[in-house]
Amino acid sequence: MSTPVLKVENLKVHFPIKSGGFLNARTLPLKAVDGVSFNVDAGECLGVVGESGCGKSTLGRAVLQLIKPTAGKVVWMGENLCDLSHETMRQKRSDLQLVFQDPLSSLNPRLTVAEIIREPLYATDASMTREEADTRIAAIMTAVGLLPEMRNRYPHEFSGGQCQRIAIARAMVLRPKLIVCDEPVSALDVSIQAQIINLLRRLQKEYGLSLIFISHDLSVVRHLCHRVMVLYLGRMMEMADRDSLFAKPLHPYTQALISAVPIPDPAKERTKEAVILSGDLPSPMNPPSGCVFRTRCPKATPVCIKDAPAIETLDNGRQIACHHWRTL
Amino acid sequence: MTLFQAQSESQLQLMDAAARLKGRSLWQDAAERFSKNKAAMGGVIVLGLIAIMSIVGPMISPYTLEDLSWESIGIAPTMENSHWFGTDDTGRDMWVLTWMGARVSLTIGVMTTFIALLIGVAYGATAGYVGGRTDNLMMRFVDVLYALPLLFFIIILVTVFGRNIYLVFVAIGCVEWLTMARIVRGQTLSVKRKEYIEAALASGVRTNTIIRRHVIPNVIGPVIVYVTLLVPTNILVESYLSFLGLGVQEPLTSWGVLISRGANALETAPWLLLIPATFLAITMFCFNFIGDGLRDALDPKDR
Ligand code: SF4
Repeated sequence: MSTPVLKVENLKVHFPIKSGGFLNARTLPLKAVDGVSFNVDAGECLGVVGESGCGKSTLGRAVLQLIKPTAGKVVWMGENLCDLSHETMRQKRSDLQLVFQDPLSSLNPRLTVAEIIREPLYATDASMTREEADTRIAAIMTAVGLLPEMRNRYPHEFSGGQCQRIAIARAMVLRPKLIVCDEPVSALDVSIQAQIINLLRRLQKEYGLSLIFISHDLSVVRHLCHRVMVLYLGRMMEMADRDSLFAKPLHPYTQALISAVPIPDPAKERTKEAVILSGDLPSPMNPPSGCVFRTRCPKATPVCIKDAPAIETLDNGRQIACHHWRTL
Repeated sequence: MTLFQAQSESQLQLMDAAARLKGRSLWQDAAERFSKNKAAMGGVIVLGLIAIMSIVGPMISPYTLEDLSWESIGIAPTMENSHWFGTDDTGRDMWVLTWMGARVSLTIGVMTTFIALLIGVAYGATAGYVGGRTDNLMMRFVDVLYALPLLFFIIILVTVFGRNIYLVFVAIGCVEWLTMARIVRGQTLSVKRKEYIEAALASGVRTNTIIRRHVIPNVIGPVIVYVTLLVPTNILVESYLSFLGLGVQEPLTSWGVLISRGANALETAPWLLLIPATFLAITMFCFNFIGDGLRDALDPKDR
């Protein structure tokens, strides 16, 4: 693959949370994302997986500067987005777009489909004529599998899958180079999921899009993504290309996630070695010492309690944060 | 998956080709529900009649507001001499007075509400959308104003600037926008968390466009309902101000003025109280029916 279009370095997003009473009030940081680094190449799809509450969505929004990162860099085409003023960033937004989980609530119920898709066009280029905008709206509606004749209808007249197509059209109409998809299919029926995934894949190939695909569903990620990053409690656990990750997960957390995905072969499914995680996700307000995964890790040892594992980079670019991955 | 996609995509296209191409907006749906509501539609019609009469009523009568005459003091309603609603204790024709009063009362009700609406929506939407410390400051300021009694405020204005009908507009409008601002702020807070706001931000839409296109149209429903309830409240406020002698001045009249004078002549000439009071009551009912109808029409989930 070519040079990365997006470089994220040591990204941190901490939310100040007030706790305690009136007299002993203090502000604790909620570390939603804590020191995550990764690259995205042109035309690449990076999957971000993890349980809900692990900071995936925050990560996506921080990349787009919808949430201001506390520290770290988001370098887009050689420019650190965190340094830009609000107005400069606003003009950059046509390159970087977002698709949401709940298609219906991401569309303003008072606007027609054409008005929804037209809005980004006018916002970034005030001089665009109406005819020009209409041509682009019709083209993008066709590209995402909607009939341009439906342009004057309202979101509540569409099904969930169609609404997600409208949302994708709105994101695509600016011809962005990167789209962050935040669980774009998890609110949809399984049969519709496949259509939307295929649509995203087709658009990605046709337009050379880069995607950051946030999901908790490993089978969807496996279908779509080139590389996968596994997050736990705002920290990166493992990052590898799809095939090696699914063939041989190295991190205990990845192993547990992958073993929870059903295999469509009953014989294998019965004999597979399942790693079942006990306990709940610890509170990100008060993360465990050492390795954040240690409270639920079946392989944890005393050293895991004491020291946080450093991120090791293997020869093939695979990254892993665990003391004991060699011996597992 | 690919096979599946090909099949269902063609299905989708067929289904939609058959379906209507022109969409129905939520406003159209609401208008249809509203027009099916008998009480609300009745309210609209009666209110419309009163509004029309407030314009043409005084023209029909041969008398004017300034026609005083010694011969016709305190005549009960009669078809003779065209004194359809009788005359008052100075010999002025009640028909003309009632409709002139309607004109003033309705204008005050609508104008003050309009002032309250403008200030309240702009203020509340800004506070709610900007949030944080700004919101806190702006709403505490509203709380402070809330603590000032309306009457006190108006007495100060009247003593400083003298009695003047425009002053009444301003005074009532300046007080009534407070509740409006609170309602709008609350609605804005809930709309702000919707993903379509974030989507607009992500596509580079400017803040004031977001407020205008996304926030206001989605908070306006409850606001419209409140407006229809605020108009009669303001008419009543004007009535009691006039009753206390702080409202509009003679020879200009309003329902409040007429009622206050009618109350003094209750034993000798009851129609002087009954006629304006009845119209005032009917108007209140109309606005309330319309408000109820609008609420049901705009928010069908509540039923
Ligand atoms: S560092 Fe220790 S606790 Fe953390 S994943 Fe590795 S073995 Fe488990």
